[in-house]
Amino acid sequence: MNLSEKPTHSLILKINGTDTILKIKPWTSLLDGLREYAGLSGTKKGCDHGQCGACTVLVDGKRINSCLTLAVMHDGHEITTIEGLGTLENLHPLQAAFVEHDAFQCGYCTPGQICSAVGLMNEGKVKTEDDLREMMSGNLCRCGAYSNIFDAVKEVINHKTGVLL
Amino acid sequence: MMSDFSFQRAKTPKEAVILLGLHKDNKVIGGGTNLLDMMKEGMTDSHEIIDINRMGLNKIIRNEDGGFLIGASVTNTDLAYHKEIEKHYPLLSKAILKGASPQIRNMATTAGNMLQRTRCYYFYDTATPCNKRNPGSGCPAKTGVNHIHAILGASESCIAVHPSDMCVALAALDAKVHIQGAKAEKIIPFVAFHKLPGNTPHLDNILAHDEIITGVELPANGFAKHHAYVKARERNSYAFALASAAVGYELNDNLLGDVRIALGGVAHKPWRNTEAEIFLKGKLPTKDNFRKAAEIILEGARGYGQNDFKIELAKRVVVRALEMAINNEVQL
Repeated sequence: MNLSEKPTHSLILKINGTDTILKIKPWTSLLDGLREYAGLSGTKKGCDHGQCGACTVLVDGKRINSCLTLAVMHDGHEITTIEGLGTLENLHPLQAAFVEHDAFQCGYCTPGQICSAVGLMNEGKVKTEDDLREMMSGNLCRCGAYSNIFDAVKEVINHKTGVLL
Repeated sequence: MMSDFSFQRAKTPKEAVILLGLHKDNKVIGGGTNLLDMMKEGMTDSHEIIDINRMGLNKIIRNEDGGFLIGASVTNTDLAYHKEIEKHYPLLSKAILKGASPQIRNMATTAGNMLQRTRCYYFYDTATPCNKRNPGSGCPAKTGVNHIHAILGASESCIAVHPSDMCVALAALDAKVHIQGAKAEKIIPFVAFHKLPGNTPHLDNILAHDEIITGVELPANGFAKHHAYVKARERNSYAFALASAAVGYELNDNLLGDVRIALGGVAHKPWRNTEAEIFLKGKLPTKDNFRKAAEIILEGARGYGQNDFKIELAKRVVVRALEMAINNEVQL
């Protein structure tokens, strides 16, 4: 069957606060929709199978793997990517903490790590250091910067909640 | 590369089953976390994908009998952290939180978790035979890399295991499954939903092509006082079980009452053995009795080489869970 026979869908995603119209085929993942159609390449494709977390974005404030969902399923949803979290002049606290703690080497997993940490803070379930490790386990770092990622996220949680992990 | 397909949204369960029935390769999508994975591996053909996430099945409702009805689209996260579920069914919450990652749990649905496919390597590798993916082609796992495979209830056709943690708790809790069919609705026991491989390993469960799960019903007793979920795996987070146990029981004057034990990671379905549960009833909650119950459950277990260790591991997981349930200890 010719691929072009299947209808193109027109959907509206509120990406980083801006209503964005995407005209896509149904098999386009949210990840590909963001990178290839919305022009937002901050979200990274790592494994493309939900194992590494590099593609993590926030949908209505909740962190998900954008590689394992179809863009067409998110018509009307609010999507936040790394591009929506801060600016060069005014970094998001997690971005600043990642710089401060040198929480990366190559940086490829970093957008996913930071979006995941934002989602983690929205959830408010982390009470201990072990909780933090467990709740960041969906994000792999091939360079092994885990201890610094841990320190960066922990600092922001402590600063925000005033409760020391 | 995902196969090409059309997409539409069903408004009601009835509409969803009608749309499913229009083509053998029509599929419903919940969270999509396993379905898209399989599509990308080229394992499955899809004609039309039917989104069932906007049919109002994302609610958890209290029933008149004190139980709860969990909508099919309720996410694993929403279920695990639901205040009433945490309070009355902590075994279910704990089992869910031992599975997958926070991102996956935010997407994966209750029905989707039940319908996820095995993580047998050969099933996902289209270059190899697999009776589950391609009936009649053979099972390389039996003599191959099989350290994650079944030790109970397997067949010559298939030694794959069901990968869910949530389902192990639901089996222990004697949940029920609500199903919408083309003609009627039905309710079946959770333990009768998944099936053993037999000579039809391509079928994981009893759901017909034109049926969907609409919800899961929890009976009133959630064994909140004495329960535990113990999971043994190859790393301590974001890994499937080598063996797991969901247990719950009543304890009156230090004697065991109603006992539930379900195992995960050991069979093609969550494994219940009522003989072991009956054995424990009326007995003291001692390690010796728990070990005897574990021996009953694993009687007849068979390893395939690399997974021989699972037989002893499963026994120890059962004993550990039963011991931890005395004081509701939590596995870290």
